[in-house]
Amino acid sequence: MGADSNQMLLRIEGLNKCFGENVVLDGASLNVPRGSLVTVLGRSGAGKSVLLKCLADVVRPDSGSIHFDGKLLSIGDVSSRADFRRRCSFLFQSNALFDSLTALENVALPLEQTTDLSDKEIRERSLEALRQIELEAHQDRYPSQLSGGMQKRLALARAIVTRPELVLFDEPTAGLDPLRRNAVFAMIAKYQRQFGFTALVVTHDLTEALIASDRVALLDKGRMCFEGTPAEFSASTVAMVEDFRDSAEALGRTLAAIRRGEAMQSEDS
Amino acid sequence: MLRAIGRYSLSIVHELGDFALFTGQSFRSAVGARRLGRRIVRAGFEQGVRCLPVIIIVGMFTGLVLGLQGYYVLNRFGSESLLGTLVSLSLVRELGPALAALMLVGQAGSALAAELGIQRNTEQIAALETMGVSSHAYLITPRLLAALVVYPMQTALFVTVGLWGGSLSGSLLLGLEPGVYWSSVEHAVKAQDVRECIIKAVTFGLLTISLCAYHGFNAHRCSSATGARAVSASTTRAVVQSSIIVLAADYIITSFLV
Repeated sequence: MGADSNQMLLRIEGLNKCFGENVVLDGASLNVPRGSLVTVLGRSGAGKSVLLKCLADVVRPDSGSIHFDGKLLSIGDVSSRADFRRRCSFLFQSNALFDSLTALENVALPLEQTTDLSDKEIRERSLEALRQIELEAHQDRYPSQLSGGMQKRLALARAIVTRPELVLFDEPTAGLDPLRRNAVFAMIAKYQRQFGFTALVVTHDLTEALIASDRVALLDKGRMCFEGTPAEFSASTVAMVEDFRDSAEALGRTLAAIRRGEAMQSEDS
Repeated sequence: MLRAIGRYSLSIVHELGDFALFTGQSFRSAVGARRLGRRIVRAGFEQGVRCLPVIIIVGMFTGLVLGLQGYYVLNRFGSESLLGTLVSLSLVRELGPALAALMLVGQAGSALAAELGIQRNTEQIAALETMGVSSHAYLITPRLLAALVVYPMQTALFVTVGLWGGSLSGSLLLGLEPGVYWSSVEHAVKAQDVRECIIKAVTFGLLTISLCAYHGFNAHRCSSATGARAVSASTTRAVVQSSIIVLAADYIITSFLV
């Protein structure tokens, strides 16, 4: 038990969240081992983003518990939450970059506002983060002057500049084409290994998640219906997992049936 | 009907309480805020330097109109020599603080409400919170503290330009002796008038900037609209309520200080 809790950086148990009558999280539980890349899969509206926002304290859960590094994060306990925020970063789906600040200022912002580093140290560390993410040449550009992929990398640079232990990624590949999706997952996996942080990603891109992740979980109707390795996910016989995993085949079967129906209609006529 | 009135009254009381807490939180956040001085200077630049043209133009025309109207009214009683008194006391005690505040609301207040509304919509404020940065300390406190300095300075500029405007229309255009005009200005304005002017400017700055910040910061709570429309609605509400509160507070302060 002790060894297990040491290995787990984040442990979520029975998290509940309702918006009015709408139950979004219904006892969701998840374990995130230290130094791993864990992906939470699920359909749109399954509660994935709300789960992350509950972790980041953007949304307050109704009940349940979150243990970070073996310590319980009490809802409303400012000091434990402050420590968690220092050690955790959040990457928003929209990147949430400050559009009135340059790339360098965006990266420097968390250091300026949460540390006592000197201006020189902040500049050096921010430039180092930009260099590692290959954006040093664009340090004076505003987010609107960068491409979508560059903005994503800039958001990641801002997330890692404080050297967090845990980085939460909210739908990092939403709305991207397959090539860009691959590039974003490759970037997350590369920097996760390079900087050694633990990554928790929520997405509905199955193929990329199975290739890049150490562990995957499937969230459905606010509950975690599967948790395991990508290999276990591929072999799972859980109905929801099969539905999610075999959605492409199901589409093929549906289309084939539609085509057969069309063929029959034309024979009738 | 009665229920609707009751519900509306309760919502107003609730919003007033929320606004008071918001303003209190903004001042409290100054304690322990990092690099606050730099952000106050930047906020001062946004509220001050960018609003200079409008303050100078409106101040000049206000002085010109006061000089013109005042001259013809005083001329009826043969008291043109009191033109300086009329222009200076009107500007220092009433028009200077009120009009300067209204101009600042139109320029800096609306920009602040829209900027915060967009930052709320694009999750920039949520991003600050997840970084462990107090959004009040970073976004609101510097603007509020800067307003306490910028509003009196802009009011002083407005009054000065207005006095020159009055002199221009009274002396240069209508033939009143410049010495007579400036002498009556000097004799009319007392320390108490200047104090009243500063109290009004500081109060208007505090009320309008916190009101504009409150509406922009809470744009996502707008019940009648979402997204860009919520930003637009909250900006409109911020400007309208700020304009009303300037005139209402002007009356209340005047009734206490007169």
